[in-house]
Amino acid sequence: MFLINCPFCGEREQSEFKAGGEAHIVRPKQPTELSDDEWAEYLFMRKNIKGIQFERWNHVHGCRKWFNMVRDTSNDQIKAVYKMGEKPPVK
Amino acid sequence: MTNNLRFKTSKFIDETYRVSFKFNNKTYFGFKGDTLASALLANGIHLVGRSFKYHRPRGIMTSGSEEPNAIIQLHDNSSRTEPNVRATEVEIYEGLVASSQNCWPSVNFDIGGINNLLSPILPAGFYYKTFMWPASFWEKYEYFIRKSAGLGKSPKVADPDIYEHKYIHCDVLVIGAGISGIMAAKTAAKNGFKTLLVDEKSYLGGSSIYDNSEYSKVNNQITSSWLEKEINEISKLENLEIKTRTSVAAFHGYNFLLARENLTDHLPINQRENKVRQRLLKIRAKKVITATGSIERPLIFDNNDRPGILLSSAIKRYIDLYGVACGENNILFTNNDTAYETAMSLIQRGIKINAIIDNREQIDSKISYEVEKNNIKIYKGYTVIDTYGYRRINKISIMKLSKDGQKVIGDKTKLNCDCLGVSGGWTPAVHLFTQSGGKLKFREEDQVFIPNVYPSDQISIGSCNGDFGLEEIIKNTLSSIKKFLDIDNSEYKTVETISGLNQSKRNIWLLPSDKSIGKTKSFVDYQNDATAKDIKLALREGFRSIEHVKRYTTTGMGTDQGKLGNMHALGIISETAGTKMGEHGTTTFRPPYTPLTFGTIVGRNVGEFFDIFRRTPIHDWHVANNAKFENVGQWKRAWYYPKDNENMHQAVQRESKAARDSAGILDASTLGKIDIQGTDASEFLNRVYTNAWSKLAVGKCRYGLMLNEDGMVYDDGVTTRLSENHYIMTTTTGGAANVLGKLEDYLQTEWPELDVYLSSVTDHYATISVCGPNSKKIVSKVIPDLDFSDEKFTHMSFKNAKIDNIKCRVMRISFTGEHSYEINIQANFGKSVWEKCMEAGKDFNITPYGTETMHLLRAEKGFIIVGQDTDATLTPIDLQMDWIVSKKKYDFIGKRSLYRSDTIREDRKQLVGLLTENPEEVLEEGAQIVADIKKSPIEMLGHVTSSYYSPNLKKSIALGVVKGGKNMLGQKLIIPMENKNINVTVADPVFLDKEGERLNAKL
Ligand SMILES: [Zn+2]
Repeated sequence: MFLINCPFCGEREQSEFKAGGEAHIVRPKQPTELSDDEWAEYLFMRKNIKGIQFERWNHVHGCRKWFNMVRDTSNDQIKAVYKMGEKPPVK
Repeated sequence: MTNNLRFKTSKFIDETYRVSFKFNNKTYFGFKGDTLASALLANGIHLVGRSFKYHRPRGIMTSGSEEPNAIIQLHDNSSRTEPNVRATEVEIYEGLVASSQNCWPSVNFDIGGINNLLSPILPAGFYYKTFMWPASFWEKYEYFIRKSAGLGKSPKVADPDIYEHKYIHCDVLVIGAGISGIMAAKTAAKNGFKTLLVDEKSYLGGSSIYDNSEYSKVNNQITSSWLEKEINEISKLENLEIKTRTSVAAFHGYNFLLARENLTDHLPINQRENKVRQRLLKIRAKKVITATGSIERPLIFDNNDRPGILLSSAIKRYIDLYGVACGENNILFTNNDTAYETAMSLIQRGIKINAIIDNREQIDSKISYEVEKNNIKIYKGYTVIDTYGYRRINKISIMKLSKDGQKVIGDKTKLNCDCLGVSGGWTPAVHLFTQSGGKLKFREEDQVFIPNVYPSDQISIGSCNGDFGLEEIIKNTLSSIKKFLDIDNSEYKTVETISGLNQSKRNIWLLPSDKSIGKTKSFVDYQNDATAKDIKLALREGFRSIEHVKRYTTTGMGTDQGKLGNMHALGIISETAGTKMGEHGTTTFRPPYTPLTFGTIVGRNVGEFFDIFRRTPIHDWHVANNAKFENVGQWKRAWYYPKDNENMHQAVQRESKAARDSAGILDASTLGKIDIQGTDASEFLNRVYTNAWSKLAVGKCRYGLMLNEDGMVYDDGVTTRLSENHYIMTTTTGGAANVLGKLEDYLQTEWPELDVYLSSVTDHYATISVCGPNSKKIVSKVIPDLDFSDEKFTHMSFKNAKIDNIKCRVMRISFTGEHSYEINIQANFGKSVWEKCMEAGKDFNITPYGTETMHLLRAEKGFIIVGQDTDATLTPIDLQMDWIVSKKKYDFIGKRSLYRSDTIREDRKQLVGLLTENPEEVLEEGAQIVADIKKSPIEMLGHVTSSYYSPNLKKSIALGVVKGGKNMLGQKLIIPMENKNINVTVADPVFLDKEGERLNAKL
C-alpha cells in the first residue's frame, strides 16, 4: 500500500487515491481532422512500461484533484509527484 | 500413559494450575503455560494426525508456527470450530476441545492409509495426469479426492466472536522479540523513537529466554538471566509499546504491515464473552526492524516423517520451556552443533540419549566435548538411512557417509529410540523480508539465503539476517541498529559473549541411502506429502523453474508454505540440475505468514455493516407502506408495493396500470444530481453531451446522452438550465459518482481554461415524481400558487415554487411517457411533501410505484436504461438514437469515435423491440436471440435486454440488441430456451404512444 504525497494535501494512504492510467496523453484539439489510425493511437495505445512510468492519479477520497506521478513499476517506488500542466521533475 | 515425561524445573509452567482438555474425545491434563503440543507430549502422545496424500501417521514435529504436521480442528462441533490450527501455537485452557484432521474414522485407524500402500502409483503430478481424463469423469474424481483429502471442517453457523481492525502509526516497528529484537526495541525507544515491538509468542525473549546453558553467556551471566533483566527494563519504557501473541501476517510496500493480535484464544470460553477475539493491526511504520529469527532445518532421509521425529531445537524448547521430555530413549541426528545444545538440556535433566549421529567427520567445539564427556556415543561421519515404527518411531538404521557425502558405505547399524531429534542447521526466516519486495543473496559457506537489497526503510537483524552465533548476533545487531537509526549511542557499552558452539556444518540436501531413490520416501514437504523422489521426477519431466516444480509437486503449497522444506527443495533441484542455488529462482513467500481467520480479515464489517447502504429521505414511508426494496448501487430503492397477498407480478401490473390510467408517484431521489455553475457552463455541457446546449433557454430542461471517448453510451439524464450560468444535471442512480469523476477529470486535465464549478447535490434534494393524466390536478393542490396551465408550464420546463414557504424546484419531465411533474425539495422535507402528494392524490387513486413499474413503463415507451439495455459496447446510433447526436457540433466527448471503421459497421448489435408470437409469453432477460437453429454452431445474433408483460398494451414486450437489427423490422427471430423455442418478431422499440400525445393528456 503506497504512501502518496498529494501535491495539494500531502502524504496520504493509497486507498484514498485512484489511478488514472498513463499521463501526458493530450486529447487532440481537432479530433475530426484525424485519421482512424491517429485517433486509435490516442484512444487505445498505452505503454505499460516495466520501469519508470508517468501516470495520472486522482485524490478521489480527498481533494479530488488530478495530478501526475512518476513511478517505477518494477518496484513501486514513487520518484515524483507534480501538478497537472507541470513538467515532470525527473526524466 | 506416563507421568515422568514432565520435569518440574520450568518456570514457564504454572504447576499449581492444572488444566483439563479433550483431544480426540479423550480427556487429558496439562498446566497453565502449556501449548496443546507440549501438553500432548507430556501425556506421551506424538501421533496427532495423518498426512494429506498418503495418510501416513504424523506427529508433532516443531514447537512453533512452522509446524507442518500437528494441524488440528479446534472446538469441534461448535460455532467457534476452526480447522488447520497448529497444535504448537494453541495455548491450552480449561475445557479446550481439539481433534485430529485428515483421518477417518480415527487417527489410529485410517482408511485413507491405503494411499500409502498405493504410493508407487501416486507420484508427483498424479492428480493432474490421472484425473484430467476423460473430462466427463471429473465430477466423480472430485468427489473421491475431496472425501479422502479435506483439510478440516469449516464452521456451518455464524462466528460468535468479535473482531476488529486498528491502525497503528509508529517510528520503528520491531518484529520479533528475541535477543536482537529486544536490543533493537530498547535502543530505538531510548533514542526517542516511538517504537512498537511485536512477537507471535505469549512471552518475550525468543529461544534465548530459556537458554540456561553454561555454554552461552552474555556479560558473564547465563543468557536467559541477562535477557530477563533486559525485558524487565524495556517493559517500563514509555516510548515502547509491546504486543505479544501478535503475528505479522504481511509486509507490504512502503512499510505497511498487517499483523494479527490474538486477545482471547488462550482464555477459557466463558471468559471470552464480549471481548474482542482478534485484532487486525494495520501498521504504517517509518522504519521496520525485522528480527524474526530462523527456523531449524530438518534432514531429508528415508522415512523421515514418523511420529517421534522432531526438530532438535523443538526437543530443547519442550524440555527447557515446558519441562516436557519428548522421549525416554533419544537419538539426535545432526550436521551441526545445534543438537549438542539439545543434548546438554537433556543430560542436565538426566534424560537418556542413546546416541548422536553427526554427518560431520570432525567436530571441534566445547559443547561437543562436554557431551562426549557424558559418555554419549557420537557416530561421526554417519547418516540415518531409515527409520522404523508405524505409530511412533522405535528404531533407526545408520551407515557411514562416503567422503563426498554422495553414498553410504560400510555396515548398517540399527539403534533403538522412541524419539529422534534432527538438525540440518538453520534457515533465516526471510519470509516477511521477501514479501516486502526484498532481494536475497545466497551465502555459499553455510548454504543460506540472506537479505541483500532492501526495498524500503528497513533492516533485518539477528539470525533472520544470517547471524547465528551469539557473539555475531549481538555485535552485528548493535552496529546495524546504530547505523539504521543514525544514532551514536546504542545503549549497550560493551557486551561480552561466550559461546561453546562452533558454526561448522556439513550440508547435504538429500542424504544418501542404501536404496535407490525410487524406493525411498524422503519427505521434503511434510504437509503436502512431497518427497525428494517427486522433485527429481519433476526435473526429469522437464520442469526447471522453482515455481513450476513447486506447483507440479505441491512442495511448499500447504498452509505452512513449506517453512521447513523449501530450502531442501531448492537444494535438490540445484544438485540434480547441476545449477547454482537460486539460479532457478527462490520461491516467493506470500502473505499471510501464518493463516488468518476470516473474522480477522473482515473485522467489524459484518452483517449490516458489510457494505454501507443509502436510504432516501422518504425511505421510512416506503417501509411503513410495505415496500419491497431493491439494491441499486448502494441505494435501497422501493421496488414494488404489494397489497394484500399480491406477488411481484400482480403488484407491478396494478401499479403500471394505475400510473397510466390516473396517477402514479415515484421516489426518484436516488438519481444523481450535479450542480453546474460558471460562465462556461453551457460550453462545458456542449462538450460532454452529444446534443447541443447553447440554445437551451433559461427555465428549460433537456435530455442528454453522454458518451465515453470510444463513442459508447456512458450515462444519460435530464439537465435543466436554472439561470444563465447555472444548470442542474441528473444522472443515472448507479452512475452518479462516476459521472462526476469523469466531468472533473475533463475539467481539470483537458479543459482547465473553462470557468465551471461542479458540486454533487444528490443527497441534498428529495425528488418526487408524480405522473399520469391526473398528475396536474394533484400537484396543483400541493402547490396552489404555481400556474400549471399548459401554456405557462410546458413539457420540458421548470419552475421555482414554494410549498409552505419552503423553496422547491418543479420540473415537467417524464420518464414514463405520461404527463408528469418532478418536485425537488430540500431532503428533510421530502417525506412530508410525499405525504402531501399522497393526500392530494387520494381522490385520484394515486398509486406509489417502485423501480420495477418504472422499468416497465419506460420500456413501453422504448426508453433505454443505461447499464441494462446498454453495456459499454453500444453507440447512440446502435440504440437508434441518431436524433440526439448533433451533426453541427465540432466536437464532443466520443464524437470522433462514432465514425471509426468499426462503429459504422452495419452489422453491429442494435437496439430493437421484440414481440412474441404468443402475446402471453414473456421472454427471459439475457436470453439469446438467433435466426437459424438448424445451423451448427448456431449463430448468436444478440440477446434480450428488457422484458415485461405490459398491462396497458395487454401483451408481452421486450427490448433486445440484435446484429443488424435496425434493418430487420418485421423479421422473425427465435429465442431458444431450455425446453422450447420462442418465436418473436422484430418491432419498433417504441411500443406505446409514438406520437407522444400522452405527455399532455389529462382527464
Ligand atoms: Zn489531495
